[in-house]
Amino acid sequence: MSAGGLLVAQGICAAYGDVQALFDVDFRIEAGERVAIVGANGAGKSTFLATLTGAVRPTRGSVSLDGAVIDRTDAPQRARMGVALVPEGRRLFPSLSVEENLRMGAFARRAGPWTLASVYELFPVLAQRRALPATKLSGGQQQMVAIGRALMANPRLLLCDELSLGLAPVVIKDVYRALARVCDGGQAIVFVEQDVELARRMSDRTYCFLHGRVALEGASQALAREQISAAYFGV
Amino acid sequence: MLNALLQGILLGGLYALFAMGLAVIYGVMRLVNIAHGDLIVLAAYATLSVAALLHAGPFVAIPIVIAGFAVLGYVMQRGLLNRVLGADVLPPLVVTYGLSLVIQNVLLQAYSADARSLDVGGLATASLHVGGGIALGVMPLLVFGVALAVAAVLEYVFGHTRLGMAFRATADDRATVRLLGLDDGGVYAAAAAISFAVVAIAGLFMGIKTTFTPDLGPNFLLYAFEAVVISGLGSFWGTFVGAILLGVAQSIGFAINPGWGILAGHFVFLAVLLWRPTGLFARSAA
Repeated sequence: MSAGGLLVAQGICAAYGDVQALFDVDFRIEAGERVAIVGANGAGKSTFLATLTGAVRPTRGSVSLDGAVIDRTDAPQRARMGVALVPEGRRLFPSLSVEENLRMGAFARRAGPWTLASVYELFPVLAQRRALPATKLSGGQQQMVAIGRALMANPRLLLCDELSLGLAPVVIKDVYRALARVCDGGQAIVFVEQDVELARRMSDRTYCFLHGRVALEGASQALAREQISAAYFGV
Repeated sequence: MLNALLQGILLGGLYALFAMGLAVIYGVMRLVNIAHGDLIVLAAYATLSVAALLHAGPFVAIPIVIAGFAVLGYVMQRGLLNRVLGADVLPPLVVTYGLSLVIQNVLLQAYSADARSLDVGGLATASLHVGGGIALGVMPLLVFGVALAVAAVLEYVFGHTRLGMAFRATADDRATVRLLGLDDGGVYAAAAAISFAVVAIAGLFMGIKTTFTPDLGPNFLLYAFEAVVISGLGSFWGTFVGAILLGVAQSIGFAINPGWGILAGHFVFLAVLLWRPTGLFARSAA
């Protein structure tokens, strides 16, 4: 794997205590690219995202952003460098209003197109409910807050973990339609998704994780359904 | 009885100052600072020394002590408490308990066990006659007003500033705050600085109201803790009201029988714990 690319991860290994969760994961994403990560529960997808955000320190391997190695930076530093996460389960702040949750994203202090106004333009329903506690919103609206909060950082790389988890299909459609608009603006995005078809449709390239390893990688349209399901289930 | 009620309300003003510093740290980092009362006593001694150094009164010295305590809070949080804050609640308790012992014994070495006080001249005994044979001390009224002002400032900072937003978010979810580019340790240190500044104010008025010795801290911690538990976490106005309930209970208990004052306060505390374990004004029933 050559240098360059927006974010390049090489030979990432990670462990929780004695249990190894990732084995030599190689990964890259270019500026403006949309990359999907699919895989079964426990395949290491979320752990891998955590090694990118700095929340989990890899036991081996290296991550670089715009060609600069960022292994020694912690999570707050990486956020300020432009790595933003929409976490699994949304992780909104229950004591804060919708608008305050969004403004929390601006602590990364990065300039760019995303402001309260443009997030409200993307998700008009949030503007109406800006003063409500974030936890009073429906699941889909909470997911919009989580996405908006990450966008407020004007990230170079947006990482989304299981956006569709626990949402009704019609709501998932809304969320992904908004995300497509974000991508059209040239936003590089990695999304972890259980729904393989959705992931393929939304992405340029797909990685398939299996038991902590990359089992398959390729252009999303070029991958055959059978290939993915074989890599997904390890059969 | 009316007199006891009014005196109790004013006493509650002092307890509110004790309690709010504790509530800031407990609210943001879920840490009960066992050394809180000893820090109040330390602030009184610091005011005494700074005033002596400047050949001035305590009110001239207090801005310096407040600034010094804010710095002390920041440094102590960064250098010491942040290292022990984690999933386990025991280490920070042990460390702040150790701090409590250290402060008491350093004060004993430096100032001896003799009772001291902060001298504000006639102001300490001045009073206003409000009719009905009731006299309210000027000093307790001033303390009450300052406590109200501190509560208002804390409410504003926590509710309407970026820093306050960061405090509440960090209290909710420390790990997620880090993912947004905020250093949780720095947020904690800012909270400690604010808490210690309030402690300095509490120390000033404690030292004016009563003589003090190095061993009084644990009592003040207890009153502060009781006020916080009575009110529950949620708002500083709530803490204020909790402190006043405690002051009134003590004052009325004292009017019935001089030996019952403190005990009556403890009974109110226990009654609230039994009736509403999360406190009277807790924002959420957790």
